[in-house]
Amino acid sequence: MHTFDLSMEHITKIEGAASLSVKVVDDKVVDVKFQTVEYKRFFTEALKGKPILAVPQHLARICGTCSNAHIMCAIEACEAALGITPTEQTQKLRSLTMHGLIIRDHALHLFLFSLPDIYKLDAFLDLDESDPAQHQILHDGFDIKAAGNYLATLIAGRSVHATYPTIGGFLHFPDKAGIDEAVKKLNDIRPAVLRLIEIFKNSPFHFDRKTHYMALAPEKSFGYIHGRIMTSQGETYGPEKYRDHLEHVVLPYSQASAYEYQGEGYMVGSLARINLAKETLHPKTKESLGKTLDLFPSTDIYYNNLAQAIEILHSVDESIDLLTQNEFKPEPLVKAPYREAVGVGVIEAPRGTLYHKIELNVDGTIKQGEVIVPTGQNQINIERDVGTLVERILPTMEKEAIEMEIEKLIRAYDPCMSCAAHFLKVSWAGNSTPKAARA
Amino acid sequence: MADTPFQKIKIGWFSFSCCEDNTIVMTEIMNEHWQEWKKLFDFRHARVLKFKNVMDEFDVAFIEGAIASPEHEAKLKDIRQRSKKLVAVGACAVTGLPSGQRNTFTPEQKEAIDFLVARFGALPKVLRVKDVVPVDVELPGCPMNPDAFLKAVNGLVVELRPELQTQSPNIK
Repeated sequence: MHTFDLSMEHITKIEGAASLSVKVVDDKVVDVKFQTVEYKRFFTEALKGKPILAVPQHLARICGTCSNAHIMCAIEACEAALGITPTEQTQKLRSLTMHGLIIRDHALHLFLFSLPDIYKLDAFLDLDESDPAQHQILHDGFDIKAAGNYLATLIAGRSVHATYPTIGGFLHFPDKAGIDEAVKKLNDIRPAVLRLIEIFKNSPFHFDRKTHYMALAPEKSFGYIHGRIMTSQGETYGPEKYRDHLEHVVLPYSQASAYEYQGEGYMVGSLARINLAKETLHPKTKESLGKTLDLFPSTDIYYNNLAQAIEILHSVDESIDLLTQNEFKPEPLVKAPYREAVGVGVIEAPRGTLYHKIELNVDGTIKQGEVIVPTGQNQINIERDVGTLVERILPTMEKEAIEMEIEKLIRAYDPCMSCAAHFLKVSWAGNSTPKAARA
Repeated sequence: MADTPFQKIKIGWFSFSCCEDNTIVMTEIMNEHWQEWKKLFDFRHARVLKFKNVMDEFDVAFIEGAIASPEHEAKLKDIRQRSKKLVAVGACAVTGLPSGQRNTFTPEQKEAIDFLVARFGALPKVLRVKDVVPVDVELPGCPMNPDAFLKAVNGLVVELRPELQTQSPNIK
């Protein structure tokens, strides 16, 4: 019988800094804490008094990789508060911004973070260039990332803390030469994305457990900005219900700990999105995937990786359509007078559903705000799954092997700790964090 | 690159209180430079890239993020004494902001977050990297400018491995 505390100070190959502690008594896991080791940077406190126009660029700095998702979500919340409806062109440019992000960010996670585990390597760069198959994977990884980066730079100015999107529209518009180059790059990487899908479809890792799923699911075609919040239990919430849902379901859930929360958990992320809305994927994507899509809906967390690879393909196909079927022309920003109001933005960031809420003063400054990130919502599932995993493998594995298995599982969730640093519950000596502690 | 073997440049990449935007930019710069970097650099410590990280000695340590705690300070000093060159990357490392934005809070805001600062054992004031250790190169920007980063890296390669310049120096 084993009784011990397992403590992992810094999980590697994830975004940001996280630690994990597991308490085992007589072979039973009695507590798991997945925590940030980041020091708080107080983004929501710093919102107070800021002019509304500064909000998207301010909240972008929560995270270097999810950055453009925060910008899109903040813009949506600010426009909701101001009563601004973006133009059709703006909506298409925002979709393209998200596609660039999805392609680049998912590729970063899949190639640099998760793929080394499949090849039993420490790092992606350890792949052997003299082996043709591994050489191909090295090129594929960097080429896909580069294509996503190019698209984001063309449409939004940068992949990280994009400069063109703002409240009411865009400050800069893509030129024909840039668009043609983007379409070429996206077409060129499509075979690489298909190879990536095969790798993760055939991954030897599986971890199955029942959970509910939640995502902003589209009504027509798969995407990350428009839709209704949908759950795997069949509930849906439109924009008129966002605030209520945020305050009464999502917020308390993201503050709970796995071993205190009595209800049923839910997961957000690619797996949730594909589980809930795979029929709305681009027709070309579905055609290429064939029977692979029959694997979904799935309760295997490692298929979150496969779901991300599928989303890259969809974003490639959808972006090519958007770029070739539209002409983008300079447009003025849509503006509206300041007023006292509350605005909520909900989008699907790469790692799952992201919520921003802002309360606007009549002078255009922010009274206060709230941000709920995907990783905060996945904390309960991460902790429960790690607990289950440890109990399963404890009889047969040594400590270092257990730690590597835990890291692999955590990586499948693709947690973002820069985001979660502010919004992840942190326990001290087993007590819950009071609400004011989230900053 | 020449066939003559040489000792790879030992790199450490460290992130303190930040959003890791410079880390992401570095991984994007890698898209076009990975083949040279694989030959040139030994990433000894880079948690974003690998599991087996070693704290021994570095030719170049890249420091991202502001210094928010006594633990950060101690770690940074340790890195400095193990490193020939230390490069502060990004606005938080160079100016302390935006990660150190609590330094600019009103008295009311400071009071509101005081218990958290104390509870986490954070420093009363968030510091810049150069407030704690000497810095050889600064690359400001939120995020850092990719061209400035490459120029700095090229300069360091020339300085640390002058013998490479007669072989095949270009890593533009």
